[in-house]
Amino acid sequence: MAKVGIIGVGQSSFVRGYPGSVRELAFEGFKEAMADVGISNKDIGASVVCSAPEYDKQRSPAGVFAEYLGLVPQPTFYMESLCSSSSMGLRVAYSLIKSGLHDVVAVIGFQKMSEISSAESQERMGRGADIQWESPFGTMMPAYYAMYARAHMNAYGTTPEDLALIRVKASTYGQINEKAVYRKPVTLEMFSDKTSPMAGPVAAPLRVGDCCANADGSSCIIVANEEKAKAFSDKPIWILGLGAASTAVNLAGRDLFTGLTTARQAARQAYEMAGLGPKDIDVAEVHDCFTIAELMAYENLGFAEPGEGKELIKSKETYKEGSIPVNVDGGLLSKGHPIGATGGSQIRTIVLQLRGEAGEMQVKDPAIGLVHNIGGVGLYGNVTILGR
Amino acid sequence: MSKKKEQDTRFAKFGTVSFTATTKVNGFIDHLEAGKVMGTRCRGCGRMFFPPRADCYACLSSDMEWTQVDGAGKLVTYSKLEYAPVGFEADLPYRIALLDYGEYKVFGRIASDISDEELEIGMPMVTRANTLPSGRLNYVFDRTSPS
Repeated sequence: MAKVGIIGVGQSSFVRGYPGSVRELAFEGFKEAMADVGISNKDIGASVVCSAPEYDKQRSPAGVFAEYLGLVPQPTFYMESLCSSSSMGLRVAYSLIKSGLHDVVAVIGFQKMSEISSAESQERMGRGADIQWESPFGTMMPAYYAMYARAHMNAYGTTPEDLALIRVKASTYGQINEKAVYRKPVTLEMFSDKTSPMAGPVAAPLRVGDCCANADGSSCIIVANEEKAKAFSDKPIWILGLGAASTAVNLAGRDLFTGLTTARQAARQAYEMAGLGPKDIDVAEVHDCFTIAELMAYENLGFAEPGEGKELIKSKETYKEGSIPVNVDGGLLSKGHPIGATGGSQIRTIVLQLRGEAGEMQVKDPAIGLVHNIGGVGLYGNVTILGR
Repeated sequence: MSKKKEQDTRFAKFGTVSFTATTKVNGFIDHLEAGKVMGTRCRGCGRMFFPPRADCYACLSSDMEWTQVDGAGKLVTYSKLEYAPVGFEADLPYRIALLDYGEYKVFGRIASDISDEELEIGMPMVTRANTLPSGRLNYVFDRTSPS
């Protein structure tokens, strides 16, 4: 079977209050990806534009972006699966290429979140859950994940301090990632200091420091068939495994509250497709929209047994020098989480790692990388495995 | 002149803020007004649903009957919100939670007069119809017996 490769990656800086329109924001990630691979926009056969709707006024952004990026008259369309939109876009790009419909496809993710207030943003994100039966109770993403955190703490003795350690790690790398929105250090002491914003209450047991940073941003991944990948790039990164799953949107329809079934299922599919297992992964990007989400990812991806994820962070095994480095770019917690751009940014990080181009964040000689990207409260799970 | 068809918007009364006004299970609101929290049971295959559904995904029947959420469920997990989305600020602080009744689960709020200290994962609680200060309707999880 012919392989599908990633030949170009780019992202904008993740910022608060991007001073431009969404098409201009999308241009930033696209420009970096195009410079990365050095091809013409006429070489791109189709574009997939990915975001979560409702944050900006523009309806049907795909056509607007395609014109702005010089990708007309090629086909373009929109892809949405909440926070995992651009991983789902990559899945679609893979199938467009595998089917032979296109040779080269651009996956463009974006989100401009700063035009609305944080409370409005919580209300919109909350509507990514069940608007008929849950939202009328006043739900929001941090509260849903807090319910998972409470269940995990009750089942396994995980503590708020274990979760805070994940934020401390994120800030370690956010400080050295020039694209990150939050570049300040975060210490464990801040979580017990009532005067620190990090200790502020949001949805117990999660605190402000447990929550990711909203941001504006864009990402772009350029995907090609084996022939074009080899022709255009001397360092293609191959898509080895893809997994995707869904579950009940209402928590009442679920049975597991100490992990995400969609992550487990997507991981199993991706490992099987790649013929690899958790021990083969050299570097990973996981969807740490909240600290508990990263802890559950350790377990759902098989890096740790259920309940033992906290040992990985306590022993610093998920730091850059550890046995399984995770989110060494600052993750969603510090790098920022512009919904539709996030999956593409995670993929970019792993591609740069596998090429040995991650600079100060570089892990020692990784051959296999993994991306775990979740939409909603585990509503959509996507896992992608990449290799040199 | 054609008369505008009247919409059944009973569901607009559900919760602090409702995001949908029309549903085939609008009868849920009438039951709530009568003090009952109801799910639906499929007459085709017997499957019980909460929240109530008009259609069964298992046997694709749309022949449903109302069935009361009765007795006690176990507290699966909960979270206390100290920050609210737009429209819910006046309710703060409040706790959202999940009860497990075995055959089904119920997502909702914990009654505001129950203290944090009383709450324990696994404790039995009942689901009770509730009228909000605004006159709108929801349901809350309460003690199994009055304290």
